[in-house]
Amino acid sequence: MLDSKIPEGPLAEKWNKHKDNIRLVNPANKRDIDIIVVGTGLAGSSAAASLAELGYNVKSLCFQDSPRRAHSIAAQGGINASKNYQNDGDSVYRLFYDTVKGGDYRSREANVHRLAEVSSNIIDQCVAQGVPFAREYGGLLDNRSFGGVQVSRTFYAKGQTGQQLLLGAYSSLSRQISKGKVEMLNRHEMMEVVKVDGKARGIIARNLVTGEIERHSAHAVVLCSGGYGNAFYLSTNAMGSNVSAAWRAHKQGSFFANPCFTQIHPTCIPVSGHYQSKLTLMSESLRNDGRIWVPKSKDDVEAILNGSKLPTDLKEEERDYYLERRYPAFGNLVPRDVASRAAKERCDAGFGVNKTGHAVYLDFASAFVRYGKTEALTRGIQNPSDETIVELGREVIKSKYGNLFDMYKQITDDNPYETPMMIYPAVHYTMGGLWVDYNLMTTVPGLFAAGEANFSDHGANRLGASALMQGLADGYFVLPYTIGDYLADDIRTGKISTETAEFDAAEKKVKDEIQALISNNGDTPVDDFHRRLGLIMWEKCGMARNEKQLKEAIAEIQELRKEFHSNVLVPGSENAFNPELEKATRLADFLELGEAMCLDALTRAESCGGHFREESQTPDGEALRDDENYTFVSAWEYTGTPSEAKLHKEDLVYDNIELKQRSYK
Amino acid sequence: MNITLKIWRQKGPNHVGAMETHKMTEVSGDMSFLEMMDVLNGNLIREGKEPFAFDHDCREGICGSCSMFINGEAHGPGRNVTTCQLHMRSFKDGETIHVEPWRSAAFPVIKDLSVDRSSFDRIIQAGGYVSVNTSGETIDANAIPIPKHDADEAFDAATCIGCGACVATCKNSSAMLFVSAKVSQLSLLPQGKPESKQRVIRMVDQMDLEGFGNCTNTGACEVECPKGISITNIARMNRAFLSSNLTSK
Repeated sequence: MLDSKIPEGPLAEKWNKHKDNIRLVNPANKRDIDIIVVGTGLAGSSAAASLAELGYNVKSLCFQDSPRRAHSIAAQGGINASKNYQNDGDSVYRLFYDTVKGGDYRSREANVHRLAEVSSNIIDQCVAQGVPFAREYGGLLDNRSFGGVQVSRTFYAKGQTGQQLLLGAYSSLSRQISKGKVEMLNRHEMMEVVKVDGKARGIIARNLVTGEIERHSAHAVVLCSGGYGNAFYLSTNAMGSNVSAAWRAHKQGSFFANPCFTQIHPTCIPVSGHYQSKLTLMSESLRNDGRIWVPKSKDDVEAILNGSKLPTDLKEEERDYYLERRYPAFGNLVPRDVASRAAKERCDAGFGVNKTGHAVYLDFASAFVRYGKTEALTRGIQNPSDETIVELGREVIKSKYGNLFDMYKQITDDNPYETPMMIYPAVHYTMGGLWVDYNLMTTVPGLFAAGEANFSDHGANRLGASALMQGLADGYFVLPYTIGDYLADDIRTGKISTETAEFDAAEKKVKDEIQALISNNGDTPVDDFHRRLGLIMWEKCGMARNEKQLKEAIAEIQELRKEFHSNVLVPGSENAFNPELEKATRLADFLELGEAMCLDALTRAESCGGHFREESQTPDGEALRDDENYTFVSAWEYTGTPSEAKLHKEDLVYDNIELKQRSYK
Repeated sequence: MNITLKIWRQKGPNHVGAMETHKMTEVSGDMSFLEMMDVLNGNLIREGKEPFAFDHDCREGICGSCSMFINGEAHGPGRNVTTCQLHMRSFKDGETIHVEPWRSAAFPVIKDLSVDRSSFDRIIQAGGYVSVNTSGETIDANAIPIPKHDADEAFDAATCIGCGACVATCKNSSAMLFVSAKVSQLSLLPQGKPESKQRVIRMVDQMDLEGFGNCTNTGACEVECPKGISITNIARMNRAFLSSNLTSK
């Protein structure tokens, strides 16, 4: 049943051969074909613009007030491409290899290789659009290094790479809107996929300003609706990021792949109180110079918490640099999943350094001294005092990370130049998503998924600076080709009518669901339920998972879902601008997805990448993969209850890469 | 701490609005302004009242959604911050805080504190792009070296988040800072130069069409811009607009 449609032939030739053999739609026929694109992040904006340029009629939807605000805008670090401008031995193969290995051998070789192949074109394209990447004095593009690789292949625009790339895609989208080739629907949310004769033929959308329920037909629907990290309530995702479009597609027959694969980023600003609404990332680059520690003794933890000691009072031998202790070879630069789990282990053991018990220190004191000494030598300062050295070191750190230090101070009111930063892991990205074949089509014909919304490229763990690459690769260079293969059958179909029984039924279903929420006689606001779901997910399906807790979580989520539907209080009207109603419809889907995530985590009784099953670990507590039994993609078919979904396995075949156990000791 | 809030309440674009008073107790200084609004809204919902509608999304100062006029300042007190990055420790115990939407004819109120900024999108659609298709088959990214200084200046202009604080804070409701930032970014880069004349004329025409006011060089926009966009961009745009009008056909 699951046909990934990976082309025959040697790995490096698959994509080009596929492009040569794929069916096309001629320009005159494209004018008669409609495509709906949901979401305007990197994948959605780039797909909508590219499809419109090809000549299709595109409708683009975003729930934000402008397509420029999609959450891709918040990506900080950079975008990978195998340009090898640094002459450090990078190549398409190396980018491919690093990505498969970084994903802990749970992604598809052919998809990842295609991603690596088109990566270079992305940079060319973005520069041509006027994206102001960082440059060297000679006027050429600059690169930086990122985690998990040994080359410098990351292109960046200060700490705002996502913003600049998204504004580039937004400008291309705007150009097509001005030509009338894209109809842009701001403040619109997709509520349902409409299928006709088994094919996706349109959607039901809600106009978020007027509350009107609208019908939109098309020959194909493309979901670029992002990830589902907000199932955890607290995450680095935007407040509006949601799973609804993908989940509705899932309930209409699209399989959902590897829902439990969640990336938890080790360096985020910790939760400060129960009112917390989201978490803020502190870039991975800080781990190059910061050392992570907690006190060795619980007395010192106590003293810090009651204010009788400051972290800076603790002597070197009173500190536990636990990453350096456990992973001498990689130290503070172990991959994201390993660093996150180690922080959790220390905090669970009672060594957390803030009032919630969920924080560790990220300390730059030794970096101040190290840089300060070099700087003193460079400036020819003889016998500098300790104070001078630290002062000089702070200046160097400021030039490297000044904006992050400022952001930290703004949020916490602590000065990280004087006292160590406090950090804790937080949910950041979801590798799982809608199952797609090589053409990015889901198991529902005519329904495609691109960007973070699909599952295809990152396996069980995504490398830094690869999300931007995948979003733009899918939207600019993959989907515009592959969708033609499907649409070639539709050149004689003609306009799809919205006045059909299928649209009637879908619209009624949506209206009934909204009516049930609005007229519910409850007394508890939506956010209260979302917080409770987040807590269950974080405690039982978070950084470490085990059979017992996952089973408990499934039962608890089912109970919570029941309570939500009987007791949620949604104020206002369905026929007006109503942000609480938007939250409620999204949470209803998260409450089902959460259960599916737990089921997936329960079924995958191995540890891999971001998925750590406590039952599957080495004697010294490291993640243990089980290649013999779990080298497959879990693709779930919806059957009515999330935890009773039917499992389909897509076996992963590695012809070009040897599977190895990761070690960072 | 305890605070008194006076918040703009307006049912819809064609309704008359008014300030509404709410008292808040036990406000933590570590809360962001929007988290304080979340708590207020939660309380209102439990009391059977309507919460206040406001725009927000990323809550880390980059998406440009949040847009509150607090105590007479766009994004409230503090420089180079958006409302979502403003924390309650910036206010005093017992303080009365006034919260209003962006006010401009070109930003009609949708509800309460939420306004319609699609006029900004239409200005970009009028020409805020480079006319290049997304085939990827352009020239190599390093084929045209760009002096670092130009690239950095283009980047500084490109950091605009399109929040509209410049318009809200301007006594003329001028969008000159927003428009000039995009005009500058693209005119500073070789890729944007071929279309620079038509671009500036079209974008300025659209800006006027949307009902934004003109610029009288008060410089308030630069002060309130959360991304520190410089009014040098306005000077650059004015020069480009004039010369484009004189020289283009």
